[in-house]
Amino acid sequence: MADTRMKILIVDDYFDMRKILKSLLSQLGYKNIYEAEDGDTAWAKLNKENFDLILADWNMPKMNGLDLLKNIRASENCKNTLFVMITAKANKNSIVAAIQAGANDYIVKPFKADALEEKINKIFGHFKKHS
Amino acid sequence: MEPKYIQPFLTATIKVLKTMAFTVPKAGEYYIKTDKKTMGDISGIIGFTGAKQGALVVSFSNACALKVVSAMLMEDYTEVNEEIYDAVGEITNMISGDARQQLEKLGMKFEAGIPTVVTGKGHKIRFKRNGPCHCHVIPFTCDGLEFFVEASFES
Repeated sequence: MADTRMKILIVDDYFDMRKILKSLLSQLGYKNIYEAEDGDTAWAKLNKENFDLILADWNMPKMNGLDLLKNIRASENCKNTLFVMITAKANKNSIVAAIQAGANDYIVKPFKADALEEKINKIFGHFKKHS
Repeated sequence: MEPKYIQPFLTATIKVLKTMAFTVPKAGEYYIKTDKKTMGDISGIIGFTGAKQGALVVSFSNACALKVVSAMLMEDYTEVNEEIYDAVGEITNMISGDARQQLEKLGMKFEAGIPTVVTGKGHKIRFKRNGPCHCHVIPFTCDGLEFFVEASFES
């Protein structure tokens, strides 16, 4: 199990999706959960504080998830932040584009709580092994 | 549009509701409608481009939307509000994503936009600017409450 004290930022323009993710993460024991309603807001938060993990939707107004990811990977402050893209875009090209842009993993909606837990544990396990 | 291209919308709808709202909707008999009037009170709409121009509409009765969203968000909603509209948009988005993945396997690749939500009893949705509207409709029920999945593509 990953460290439940880690700071997680949920980025999704849908209030409901943020609520579902927050509820699932709370059920998994995570306590430090923050929200942003689009890439712009997330980017502003990331310039003020550090997060351990970002769970971001792809399709959002203003700055989308892919552009947010590219900004993060190009930045000095937060380039190593773990990033999971959560999206309904399930085609191979989209997955490849996200991974090439630096996503640590990818979750296709709809998803179950155990799929989310598995992905988080996997990327934290990998991160610990390589840090 | 051949029926095999409509099947992905049926399976995607069942998958999304089963996974996110823990309910398995019952599909009724598929039909084609020619008018623009939707059957529900709240509709999520998403446009498709690519192999063909088209649109997906997921239209819920108020009662069905309340039931599904309450299950999805694990909270008892008794009035239709912004959260319900938001969830209908997200459900539409997920059905679109899953159906497009299946359609791609059948050789039809689509891109989709960001969903829009329209409300009001008997609201009308124009699928194409010119010509007749041929819309494939799959009616569903969740515990006896109705919703409709409509897929419309240019011929």
